[in-house]
Amino acid sequence: MSSMDVEIQLLAVVVAVACALPGVFLVLRRMALMSDAISHSILLGIVLAFFVVHDLTHPLLVLAAAATGVLTVALVEALYRTGRVKEDAAIALVFPALFSVAVILIARHAGGVHLDVDAVILGEIAFAPFRRLELWGMDLGPRGLHLMSAILLLNVGFLTLFYKELKVSTFDPALAAALGFSPALIHYLFMSVVSVTAVGAFDAVGSILVVALMIAPPAAAYLCTDRLPLVLLLAAVFGAASAVGGFWAAQFLDASIAGAMASASGVVFLLSFLFAPDRGLVAQARRRSRQKVEFALQMLIIHLLNHEGSRREREESRVEHLQAHLRWKREFARRVVRRARRRGWVEAPDRGRLRLTSQGREMARTVMLR
Amino acid sequence: MTPDDEAPLVPGRWAVEVNDLTVAYRDQPVLWDVDLHVPAGVLMAIVGPNGAGKTTLIKGILDLIQPAAGQVLIHGRPYDEQRNQVAYVPQRGSVDWDFPTSVLDVVMMGRYGALGWFRRPGAEERERAMAALELVELQDLARRQISQLSGGQQQRVFLARALVQEASVYFMDEPFQGVDARTERAIVEVLRRLKEQGQTVVCVHHALQTVPEYFDWVAILNVRRIASGPVNDVFTEENLRLAYGGRLPFLQRDAGAPG
Repeated sequence: MSSMDVEIQLLAVVVAVACALPGVFLVLRRMALMSDAISHSILLGIVLAFFVVHDLTHPLLVLAAAATGVLTVALVEALYRTGRVKEDAAIALVFPALFSVAVILIARHAGGVHLDVDAVILGEIAFAPFRRLELWGMDLGPRGLHLMSAILLLNVGFLTLFYKELKVSTFDPALAAALGFSPALIHYLFMSVVSVTAVGAFDAVGSILVVALMIAPPAAAYLCTDRLPLVLLLAAVFGAASAVGGFWAAQFLDASIAGAMASASGVVFLLSFLFAPDRGLVAQARRRSRQKVEFALQMLIIHLLNHEGSRREREESRVEHLQAHLRWKREFARRVVRRARRRGWVEAPDRGRLRLTSQGREMARTVMLR
Repeated sequence: MTPDDEAPLVPGRWAVEVNDLTVAYRDQPVLWDVDLHVPAGVLMAIVGPNGAGKTTLIKGILDLIQPAAGQVLIHGRPYDEQRNQVAYVPQRGSVDWDFPTSVLDVVMMGRYGALGWFRRPGAEERERAMAALELVELQDLARRQISQLSGGQQQRVFLARALVQEASVYFMDEPFQGVDARTERAIVEVLRRLKEQGQTVVCVHHALQTVPEYFDWVAILNVRRIASGPVNDVFTEENLRLAYGGRLPFLQRDAGAPG
């Protein structure tokens, strides 16, 4: 692995973690689509700031971009508050407007510089190591890595400092307001952080993939646990795994690193969707089938109990009869009987006929009382 | 004339004073010029038909929506200065119960106001939250994830969360809505306790037939205030008819439970 590869992966991990942390709250606040809006409309800020300073690396670009992100949030809310459009429509109206202005401005006035639409949409993390940060003649590593690390620190700091306030205003904004924490203030602080993150990540992975990194790892983490601190931790881990996995997938496929990272985050989500311990599809199916067998066992012993000592007992307790009476498939009936015998609820003194044990009788009575 | 209009305004006597509160949604008045005086230490029900503005009244008092006009005093001073005196139990459908957190954590949120910005809850907050959970008989579920609670348990979590605020005025929005018998008993028990301690409770309430049993004061509302005062004086068929019009769901106090 060359030092360039290491630098790219390091940057990718930092970008992914920086995106995943605020992403958790975006998902919880049901504002996932806002990340899409912000990551596009910040382009307008970048372009306008570029016209002022004529330098793509100037810090003013980050500030202007973040300001456009917050402006997007404000415009969406203002439009939504008029009551004439729904929130999703407001988002879809605002950001293309800002984005398209930026695209036209680039085409008209910035054609000659390195600010082209492809780079904006896809980013190019592979070139990040070429843009070095040098101070007093020393090479301090890729500039993007420094910027993104600063943003990651900002995010960690923000979440640590405002953890309690963010949590309460996300869970119950009315309570937050009643307790004297202005939900609007927290909202705009948070959206500023999201905007700054989107600006930094945008440079590395482009505007579309920022959304993948902000939403997929948190959505995957949310399926895996019910504890907020753990959701944050898992989202960061999933983000980092997507970054590294994506990098190697890109090497192997000779494809875009940013694209592979976003795909990897999708794969991580899919895995969590399928295999999450409690809410995953597999766990759910297994739980359902277990409940089905459990219920069948109860039906079996209650059926046997009801017919104990009756004239038809011989008939009713035959395994074949159970299949007809309880409408069980042959295979399922065998499975249920096997399990009932293993639990010692039922015995089969002669072939094909079942009898409750004293333990099974006890169990059937308890179940019926419930 | 209702008792309010004749009562002299003695400072400190009223836990809640609402003067001329008007709330409008897009120029459509939801509450018209409502005056409401709640004496300290009473359990007051706010009743009225659907759309009467009961929830809006509470939200207007608590500054959760912007009133078009009006003034709210809590113990004689503006609500803004008295926030820590007031606790609010919203309708339990107002939050997302899939939020990844535990029962204990939600109850501790009630202490956030006392903690202020940046300070984290610690052992003391946990202790108070546990004590409140015991009052609503949920101490065994403290570690439970809130997504696993029944409706009645959710309501009791909200109640416990308000209790740890140690306020002197409690606003509750339909705490009895759709809860099980055990929860209903627990809430009544908590209301009784709060009254014993001299606290004031204002409760949006739907089931008219339980008003005389659970509350001692009542406000009857339909966009404007129809009447308010002691249950025995103002909870009359005439006033209810004024509020509910022909849709009066309940005429006699011994009538069976309407839906």
